[in-house]
Amino acid sequence: MDLKNIFNFKKDDIIAEKRTCKKCGKSTRYNELMANSMICPTCGEYMRMGAMERLEVTLDKGTFKEIDKSLKTKNPIDFPDYADKLDKAVKTSSLNEAVVCGLGKINGNKCAVFVMDSNFMMGSMGTVVGEKITRLFEKATHDKLPVIGFTTSGGARMQEGILSLMQMAKVSGAAKRHSDAGLLYVTVLTDPTTGGITASFAMQGDIIIAEPNALIGFAGQRVIEQTIGQKLPQGFQRSEFQLDHGFVDMIEERKRLKLTLSKILELHKPVNQ
Amino acid sequence: MLKDKKTTKAYEKVLAARDGKRPSGGFYISRMLDNFIEFHGDRRYGDDSAIIGGIGFLKGEPVTVIAMERGDTIDERMKRHFGCPTPEGYRKALRLMKEAEKFNRPVICFIGSSGAYCGIDAEERGQGEAIAENLFEMMGLKVPVISVIIGEGGSGGALALGVCDTAVMLENSVYSVISPEGCASILWKDSAKAPEAAEVLKLTAQDLYKFDVIEKIIDETDRTSEEICYELKNFICDEIAEKKKLTTEELLQERYEKFRKIGA
Ligand SMILES: [Zn+2]
Repeated sequence: MDLKNIFNFKKDDIIAEKRTCKKCGKSTRYNELMANSMICPTCGEYMRMGAMERLEVTLDKGTFKEIDKSLKTKNPIDFPDYADKLDKAVKTSSLNEAVVCGLGKINGNKCAVFVMDSNFMMGSMGTVVGEKITRLFEKATHDKLPVIGFTTSGGARMQEGILSLMQMAKVSGAAKRHSDAGLLYVTVLTDPTTGGITASFAMQGDIIIAEPNALIGFAGQRVIEQTIGQKLPQGFQRSEFQLDHGFVDMIEERKRLKLTLSKILELHKPVNQ
Repeated sequence: MLKDKKTTKAYEKVLAARDGKRPSGGFYISRMLDNFIEFHGDRRYGDDSAIIGGIGFLKGEPVTVIAMERGDTIDERMKRHFGCPTPEGYRKALRLMKEAEKFNRPVICFIGSSGAYCGIDAEERGQGEAIAENLFEMMGLKVPVISVIIGEGGSGGALALGVCDTAVMLENSVYSVISPEGCASILWKDSAKAPEAAEVLKLTAQDLYKFDVIEKIIDETDRTSEEICYELKNFICDEIAEKKKLTTEELLQERYEKFRKIGA
């Protein structure tokens, strides 16, 4: 594929750049990784995907129309050093916030999509992330579209204090209205999905899919270990753990996700006759 | 002891909110309701004593009450895990709210603990899912919901009883996205800097009133708990009366907008 065209948000040097796998330590060229859905060709490790990368492998070429791209966070509670952190996050992630929202097609099926991005302040949710996802649900409700949401987040963003926490309720309200309109919401939980995101819209999907081995939970692992004073068992809070305990519908491999999502969308198409 | 250290006004509120002598949920139930009957269990797995739920009369009107309760003695506090609800607690709360909806009873929630219970078992039984379900369903609950922060309002575990039409805070209660200790250890790798964190988090009742997150502060200064209960009870009754004038559609629309405007 022609990465230069697709990745107009990336510079040429990034495409030529190599990425090192955290698990096996082997470096792979970025375009080779992208052609393999950001899965390490040596050991099969799932590298974390940015929002644009996820959209690239999920949506039909040329169908994505971003919404509210320019919404940027200010510093609503004057939290110290937050403005600098935001500037840095914008530079390193090439995004304006930790979620990208828009409309697109998956194998011809039109849908509203949001994708969180852990490169932007750990994918944490402040007022703008909450506002963007809320607006997307409202638009999808108005346009009678299904919503597909990819989550990855450390939770609510502490730098916006109580206003971040309230976004959990705000998005839940919009998701509820979308649901009450009889519309489909599918969440895809990717590594890591924790805290206030798990405790709100990540777990509100009609259908909840997890990528293999993703960390999914409410309380942070370090916090639990400190609280109970013992090490956590192997596989704790991973996708397979969540499947065993009944909290996700299925685990799907990254390379099969697009097909699975399109099948689900087709099964929920309004029947006219 | 803390007076010597660098402390802040906000952190003094945190300490006041956490004070072991401060009344917990059960106290307000006993002072405000007549003929209260407690109901147990989530009808799924178990009963969580960190949450007291039931029905009673508030000035002659049947209401459903859901309250976090820390307990008095140390044994009781261990049993109630200091008022930090497990998934069963949140599911019991939702079950009772749905029951309230069926019988058209207003719901009153009392919030006061450090947050959702933290442990392996809580994760195994879906702490995140339980809270998420409450937020989702409370947004559509067709009866008035009044939430009162009586002590520490800890993050998502508090919000799971806090999706309401009217939010009230006692003067010395706090409500935060993260504990000051947690914030300080992430920001400055030092949980002893909690007083500074409390200040920058803007977690006091006065801050939240300014942010339009809550509708009312009940004064505590120079007042007995009986006087506080008296005002709180009157305020809740008035709010319920106001909310009952609305149609269901208007009630839900106003609730939606109450949260919709935050950070819009
Ligand atoms: Zn590898």
